[in-house]
Amino acid sequence: MEGPIRAREALALTLLSLLFFLSRSSALHDLLISNAERRIDLSSHIVKVYLTLKVENAGSSPASEVVLAFPPSQVDHLATVEALATKGKRKKTTFVRLEVKPTELPDAPNDTKYFTIYLANPLNSGESITLEVLYMLTHSLEPFPAEIGQSESQLVYYRDSALVLSPYHIKQQTTFIKTPSTKVESFARVEPTNRAGTEIKYGPYEDRTPYSFSPILVHFENNSPFAVVEELVREVEISHWGNLQVTEQYKLVHAGARHKGVFSRVDYQSRPSFNGVSSFRYLLARLPPRVHSVYYRDEIGNISSSHLRTDSRKSELEIEPRYPLFGGWKATFVVGYGLPLQDFLFESSEDRRYLNFTFGCPLIETVVDKLTFKVVLPEGSKDPSAVVPFPVDQHLETKYSYLDIVGRTVVVLEKKNVVPGHNSHFQVYYTFKPIFMLAEPLMLASAFFLFFIACIAYLHIDLSIRK
Amino acid sequence: MSAPEASSAAVPTLTTNNTLRNAFGGVLSFFILLLIGVLAFSIRLFSVIKYESVIHEFDPYFNYRVTQFLTKNGIYEFWNWFDDRTWYPLGRVIGGTVYPGLTLTAGTIWWLLNSLNIPLSVETVCVFTAPIFSAFASWATYLLTKEVKGAGAGLTAAVLLAMVPSYISRSVAGSYDNEAVAIFALIFTFYLYIKTLNTGSLFYATLNSIAYFYMVCSWGGYTFIINLIPMHVLLCIVTGRYSSRLYIAYAPLVVLGTLLAALVPVVGFNAVMTSEHFASFLVFIIIHVVALVYYIKGILSPKMFKVAVTLVVSVGLAVCCAVIAVLIALVASSPTKGWSGRSLSLLDPTYASKYIPIIASVSEHQPPTWPSYFMDINVLAFLVPAGIIACFLPLSDASSFVVLYIVTSVYFSGVMVRLMLVLAPAACITSGIALSQAFDVFTRSIKFQLPGVSSKTEVDAGETSSATKEAQNDAVKTEKAEETSKDRPSRKSKKKEREHVEKPSTKTKAEKKRLLALPLEASVISLLLLVFLGAFYVVHCVWAAAEAYSAPSIVLTSHSHDGLHVFDDFREAYAWLRHNTDVDDKVASWWDYGYQTTAMANRTVIVDNNTWNNTHIATVGTAMSSPEKAAWEIFHSLDVKYVLVVFGGLVGYPSDDINKFLWMVRIGGGVFPHIKEPDYLRDGQYRIDSQATPTMLNCLMYKLSYYRFVETDGKGFDRVRRTEIGKKYFKLTHFEEVFTTHHWMVRIYKLKPQKNRIRGKTKKSKSKTSSKSSGTRKKNPWL
Repeated sequence: MEGPIRAREALALTLLSLLFFLSRSSALHDLLISNAERRIDLSSHIVKVYLTLKVENAGSSPASEVVLAFPPSQVDHLATVEALATKGKRKKTTFVRLEVKPTELPDAPNDTKYFTIYLANPLNSGESITLEVLYMLTHSLEPFPAEIGQSESQLVYYRDSALVLSPYHIKQQTTFIKTPSTKVESFARVEPTNRAGTEIKYGPYEDRTPYSFSPILVHFENNSPFAVVEELVREVEISHWGNLQVTEQYKLVHAGARHKGVFSRVDYQSRPSFNGVSSFRYLLARLPPRVHSVYYRDEIGNISSSHLRTDSRKSELEIEPRYPLFGGWKATFVVGYGLPLQDFLFESSEDRRYLNFTFGCPLIETVVDKLTFKVVLPEGSKDPSAVVPFPVDQHLETKYSYLDIVGRTVVVLEKKNVVPGHNSHFQVYYTFKPIFMLAEPLMLASAFFLFFIACIAYLHIDLSIRK
Repeated sequence: MSAPEASSAAVPTLTTNNTLRNAFGGVLSFFILLLIGVLAFSIRLFSVIKYESVIHEFDPYFNYRVTQFLTKNGIYEFWNWFDDRTWYPLGRVIGGTVYPGLTLTAGTIWWLLNSLNIPLSVETVCVFTAPIFSAFASWATYLLTKEVKGAGAGLTAAVLLAMVPSYISRSVAGSYDNEAVAIFALIFTFYLYIKTLNTGSLFYATLNSIAYFYMVCSWGGYTFIINLIPMHVLLCIVTGRYSSRLYIAYAPLVVLGTLLAALVPVVGFNAVMTSEHFASFLVFIIIHVVALVYYIKGILSPKMFKVAVTLVVSVGLAVCCAVIAVLIALVASSPTKGWSGRSLSLLDPTYASKYIPIIASVSEHQPPTWPSYFMDINVLAFLVPAGIIACFLPLSDASSFVVLYIVTSVYFSGVMVRLMLVLAPAACITSGIALSQAFDVFTRSIKFQLPGVSSKTEVDAGETSSATKEAQNDAVKTEKAEETSKDRPSRKSKKKEREHVEKPSTKTKAEKKRLLALPLEASVISLLLLVFLGAFYVVHCVWAAAEAYSAPSIVLTSHSHDGLHVFDDFREAYAWLRHNTDVDDKVASWWDYGYQTTAMANRTVIVDNNTWNNTHIATVGTAMSSPEKAAWEIFHSLDVKYVLVVFGGLVGYPSDDINKFLWMVRIGGGVFPHIKEPDYLRDGQYRIDSQATPTMLNCLMYKLSYYRFVETDGKGFDRVRRTEIGKKYFKLTHFEEVFTTHHWMVRIYKLKPQKNRIRGKTKKSKSKTSSKSSGTRKKNPWL
């Protein structure tokens, strides 16, 4: 079954891309970037790159797409790409969010991968537009040395190009790299290069041809917590009796330089700022407001070291794993809480409801390698559909819980490489008749009723053979 | 004085009221029982409320792990389970060496709940198994005592058992141990035995065997049943109380029970081979002889019977002597005389301390102190003698059983503190009887003294119980009479007969009442005092449940001026081991922590709490008592990668490894004679300060416990031993610290890898280099 469909899809894709190529090949070369400014923020383990592009249409036909290029080594670590178009000047600047999609271009040199920004209005010839692009890279800081002792601080490599990789001609460009501290072991020089404080400036470079590339390497100290959740399963269970139960199962790992040799508690306790500087003890989770019955435990019981602060706008849960995490150490735990249903469940039409919830990981500044989001709909609900602002894998499961007979439909959403940028709302629509709420209470009541009837019957029947 | 008239006037009303009153009393006692069950369950939840829903202590972790395996892999895999995570490199056949009752019970509950789609975790089911079975146990106590002395005594005994501290200590929520279900099984087996004895019904006899089977599945303490019941049978025979009911109560139990017991893998042929069971077979023979004698006596004339007796006795004695001689020879040929070590230490309390230090080293195998009796059974200790007296008024088969039960269990509890648990139900039953009888007497005399009330308040609680009790006693008597004619009435006709019997007895009862009456004031005061006694008992039990017996022992708390402080170091260490070591790494620790390490850290251990192999434990003990290098070699030969020690010196946790260390020396020295206890003692005193012996200061346990301890406060003050440690600054050459928990309670060390072999070096210089610290290695030109 799958074969023909795949082939058909592939055929359609090639046809489409051919068409695009025909229409775009001119546009690709007609656009040029008059000014590119790139700011790379290396202060945490998630690399954030802010790219400001001033795009000019030098061709004759209007262009509706702008293509971003990424080297293949970065694409695997690319978590999110967002683009905004700026409108107006100075104080009246407004931003318009633009659609970004990965695309394939046929003549990509060295396996370069592309993302296309679809402009809201086509760019006429001679006009220019300023685009703000933000993309995040995970697992892009390579610890070197790869193994460190307890008291050593963590040094990492960051590899990139001094020049912005682009299929367009770039007239002028500058790159700023912000390091978390002034401790920089070394950095590659591509003149003109300047370093001031925590910032390294590459450029300005003038008039670079398309696909110019100039590899750089920055070796610097980064002791921010390299908290990576290898696997996160979030389960939201909807109960129409008024509660939303959230259960989150974490597999946490410190993804920085591996810990080597001894762990001495006496050193760790006497001078924590010096000994164990690369480790982390606390994690902060942002939970929705009005959260209740929060628990934090693992497979062997409750973990007593956590604090919950709530106010009207948000709740903050500070959790401490059982032991401080050094490089390569792992920990697993479960966080669960209840939420009032009316904050998250809304009615869209007759019997049609939707859940509005945030995707992503509640822990701040963490990368999730694999996120599985399960929305457990109440028993008897039909036609589930999920609306997520970015591509995710979806499928349906069935779960049995508390006296279920037909089982509950579970909408499973899976996404890899999730960063805090994915903490946006998504919706799950389904149809549910409120009469189903009464199924289980009625079942219990009738079971007890039958039991009592049986008791009465037994007491009134004389089953003895001899009278 | 007007009582006779009043009661005779009350006769018609009594008969019309009787059915109503019986129904009312039935419903009332049903609800009281329900409440008792709720009480028994909820008083054991303090541990969940004060701490958390977690498995407690050591053995429960093993049971929990077995249950997890059972629920995951099914029953057949469970029987065949060879556990390679423990007793490395020997392993352990779990299916054939555990009493499966508890795990099968919890597994069944879990399976049942899950098939109803109630998604409770295995842990939750395990945590709450003990409280649920406590409720069952109190109901079983009600049934048992009801058979002995009527419903009133039954209810009193049930409520006493629901909150007896001794039982609470073993069955709080989370205390997932064999005793949790075994006490229920024990009482229920006794109940069915008494029930069979009272009714002579083969149906109950079969049930009794099945209950006995459940008990055998659950706990090694089943030997108590299979010795106590024969003792009672023998007592009945000797006191001339033999009846066909006794035969029906006993013979099926031995035959069916032994067959069923042999089905349990851990018992197997032990059910017929070991000396613990011989008493039952002996009595089995005796009861048949007696039955035969009674039969022959029935068909022969008295004269002929006498002749037959002399004949049989002379022949029988010869045969018996021969059989006994063979038996004794068989038993004597085995080294332990056919008895297991734990049973022997019961018969001879000094046995364990003399020969088996590993049994003696367990604190729950020590004899109890007097205060622990007051702590564990409280006021019951004073009520028991009264209960025994009440059992003799009048003495029936059932009450003689209770007397025997209490007497033997008092003895056993005096030998091992753990067996206080067997005493508790007996104490509750006798105290229940005592209290109920006392209330009976006092309320009756009050009623007698207040003439106006006596005719109207017939539906008094004490009166109801006494009436039903007497009615039942009468019923039993009539049943006995009927038994001989082999006529068994149906349920309904039985009830009717009871009423018939009651009518004529009311008049004689009134006579009795008059004789037993006490002065009004004395009765009222005594009643008040009894109520106070009960109240004191309740207060004590609640206190014991809340404060003394609810700590899960893997998480400790302390109250200080700045609030509650939690010491969760054990789980910190186990979680660390679980997540940050290789899955096949072997962890060595003293055997106390074996079960927890396999269950919580999921790592292979060398020894654990199932102390079946003394040599293996002695090896670990020897390693802990040896100097570093020798210890490294022992551990390395066992493929150990991590060594775990428990150290309480920083926070003052007294049951740490340094305090258990002398047992390691003793057990190690018992197998490996080069470890000598006096080497570790200075003038017979165990000390770790500067006066300690060099052997002590250089042994592995000392070093692993106190490594870099001096750097915490500069002096190295041990808060458990209340002294400064002897050797403060030293380095480890063969071990390295890999993890120490927040309060230093658990310290984990890794064995350093073996040094590269240096070619051309003599053995002497090699050992020299290996004993040097790594700092000097650079000087060696070969490295």
